[in-house]
Amino acid sequence: MSSHEIGPFPAELLAAKKQIRERARSYGLDFFPVIFEMCDYEQMNQVAAYGGFPQRYPHWRFGAEYERLRKQHFYGLGRIYEMVINNDPCYAYLQESNQLVDQKLVIAHVYGHADFFKNNLWFKQTNRKMMDEMANHSTRVRRHVEKKGFDTVEKFLDICLSVEDLIDPHSMFLQRGPMEPARLEPQREQALNKFKAKDYLDRYINPPELMEAQAKKERDQRAKMRHVSPVQPTRDVLLYILQHAQLDDWQVDCLSIIREEAYYFAPQGMTKIMNEGWASYWHSTLMTRHFVEACDIIDYADHHSGTVHMPPGSFNPYKIGLELFRDIEDRWNKGKFGKEFEESENLGEKNRWDKGLGQGRQKIFEVRRVYNDVNFIDEFMTADFIEKHKLYQYGRDAHTGQLRIISRDPQRIRQTLLYQLTNMGRPFIYVVDGNYANRGELYLAHQHNGQDIEIRYAVETLKNVYKLWQRPVHLQARIDDDMILFTFAGDQPKQQPIHDDLPKPAHLVS
Amino acid sequence: MILKIEKDHQRFRQIVKGRIREDLRKFLTKGELIGKEGKHLISIPVRGVELPHFRYGDNSGGVGAGDGSEGDSVGKGRTQGGEESGQHIMEVDLTLDDLAEILAEELKLPRIEPKGKHRITTVRDKYSGIRRVGPESLRHFKRSFKEALKRQIMVGSYDPANPIIIPQKKDIRYRSWKEIKSPQSNAVIVFMMDVSGSMGEEQKELVRLESFWIDTWLRKNYEGIESRYIVHDVAAKEVDKQTFYHLREDGGTKISSAFRACKSLLDSHYQPEEWNIYLFHFSDGDNSSEADSRDCVRILREQLLPMCNMFGYCQVASAYGSGNFINVLHEHLRNHEKVLTSRVNSKDDIYDSIKTFFGKGH
Repeated sequence: MSSHEIGPFPAELLAAKKQIRERARSYGLDFFPVIFEMCDYEQMNQVAAYGGFPQRYPHWRFGAEYERLRKQHFYGLGRIYEMVINNDPCYAYLQESNQLVDQKLVIAHVYGHADFFKNNLWFKQTNRKMMDEMANHSTRVRRHVEKKGFDTVEKFLDICLSVEDLIDPHSMFLQRGPMEPARLEPQREQALNKFKAKDYLDRYINPPELMEAQAKKERDQRAKMRHVSPVQPTRDVLLYILQHAQLDDWQVDCLSIIREEAYYFAPQGMTKIMNEGWASYWHSTLMTRHFVEACDIIDYADHHSGTVHMPPGSFNPYKIGLELFRDIEDRWNKGKFGKEFEESENLGEKNRWDKGLGQGRQKIFEVRRVYNDVNFIDEFMTADFIEKHKLYQYGRDAHTGQLRIISRDPQRIRQTLLYQLTNMGRPFIYVVDGNYANRGELYLAHQHNGQDIEIRYAVETLKNVYKLWQRPVHLQARIDDDMILFTFAGDQPKQQPIHDDLPKPAHLVS
Repeated sequence: MILKIEKDHQRFRQIVKGRIREDLRKFLTKGELIGKEGKHLISIPVRGVELPHFRYGDNSGGVGAGDGSEGDSVGKGRTQGGEESGQHIMEVDLTLDDLAEILAEELKLPRIEPKGKHRITTVRDKYSGIRRVGPESLRHFKRSFKEALKRQIMVGSYDPANPIIIPQKKDIRYRSWKEIKSPQSNAVIVFMMDVSGSMGEEQKELVRLESFWIDTWLRKNYEGIESRYIVHDVAAKEVDKQTFYHLREDGGTKISSAFRACKSLLDSHYQPEEWNIYLFHFSDGDNSSEADSRDCVRILREQLLPMCNMFGYCQVASAYGSGNFINVLHEHLRNHEKVLTSRVNSKDDIYDSIKTFFGKGH
């Protein structure tokens, strides 16, 4: 029996699927065709460990994830109800041991995701044939394994995976495949500081010597920049390494596979709250209005509340996403937005506010198209919402190790969330110089946004960057308000405060 | 069914085992490991099976929802891996077998050859199970139709008015058998311990650790294994495991009493023809009299040694007493192949002690 045998799809489910699909369409959801497959819990765990795909390149981290899922399953700490892949067509997996009402819930939920994948702007650049691409990646890596040996390739993959997040997921239109180094377009030579003047006054107002001096400065600057790489600080560290490091062909291939997959998964990380919220909104809407039989209502309510349950001291994206979409819908239905509403001082009036706009549905469709988690939270998590849902900011008490509520201030709560969501909670790392001190050394910089990076991890990661770059590498980071330069040149990692005597990198990021 | 992920999973387990091997010395001296011993599984904390990333420092704060005012506790949350900050610690389940294997590889322990004639095994087949695969001759009609019926009811294609059941390939069930092995090479370990006043908590802890590893290794080598426990001061008696590790008595030490008790235990339950017998004695070596020590040697030489596979004497350091018994053994039985002795002064010595006992593969 192959590991991917598709069980026959029960007639009852097939009918339900068709009904749910048509109903979802009638609400305006627009998705790629969705192919549902039944699988048992072991296959489900495998697929989940592989990030939703039936096949991945060989690497132990999938095994680690599988072990975690399996243990979780055996100890009854949670099971996977559904998996869906952003692909055209979408693939979704149903666990065969689920009851019919659960399957319906999952199907409705999946159509929500499928719509989100297809329409959200951040997914526009993702490869919609990723199912095939993943299989290709798997084959390519296996081929390298055959040629180079398992250990060699595994070691290299470990290195690549350690830096897989050094990409630029926000640049939506950056070409994500390998490409030639981009150069800035040569600017037209123009005197920048030329004042407007009548012809006969020009040489007094804009003295030629001064103009010439400026132009020369400009030319010198550009001449200098011609030897500077990268032309501007770049967050796509992986691309920079791919283009400039001395790697073998198979290494380039492995690294670009990792990079491509990282770009593929990035939008899912950037829209977790929205994506789950949107899918939950639709399973809840479709199920409660159309598909729950009277006899199943208890089971449905039980499982729905299970998915949106938010235990103390943790954050559930399903719950927050769902409530935010409902809140937006309600506000735009009633016109509870804009200057007039915001400035109203009368609390009673604000509560009763209803202009009967009825734009809620339209608004949430618009939101699902153009937002990601960061601006979604920033814009729609209002103080009212925070109060209504009793959100708080918590932190660990240094003495007791307990988690305690620190604050209920909406501003701080939003800020905390945004910190965690920005760049998926990972630091911003830039390549600022690829030829540092004219010695071919790589100079990375951490852009400090209020939080220090973890030194131990940074040093370990830097060692891996060195293995790719094969020349000394540096990381500039702010630790406790001091600028520190971490250096790894193959022997002992070094760190020193940055002072004026050190050579300057090509660009400044701090 | 073989899942594709099986390979990745095995590789992961392999890496984990490698990591455990590197840290084996540390694990050998960790008492908490024994406490975690479940029925067949033990959980082991493993460090550093993780890929480093650039990341922020400890970030246990966040946003939650619920009642409560500022300063209220909202529970423990996930506990962060302790000692070395930033090091991700992962709990991995291992069977005692796995652990013994790692131990063997690291200590280069040879596999124990059970005594000659007891290795005869009889295997009997018993048809007691059901499988999804098998030869057609073993097809189980009733179960197959039952499966088919279940499936049809499930997908709704069963019509009670017209009860036709068509089994598909995956409904077919086959009878299957289990191999029943009659007792193979059995082994018994007799742990003897001196519980006189000079054996304090520290010494007990060493004994506990050492005997855990002895037990683990022997268990790996024999199908069935029994453990018996004898304590003694001036008199000896057999006790259960719990008492063995926690009993503390005052008074003198008469080691021969333990050997006599051991002898009578073996005589009544364990015939040397049927059992591989392992004897371990833990003491601080402070025997009450020279005469008794001589008595011990005599009992050992004449009665116990001919019966057993091995006699291990482990002397733990104690603040009191001369610790002379080990010298007595050396003097009289130095070249006896079944007698092995080791000194354990601290937890770090356990590693070498195990190696001494089992390095020769008795």
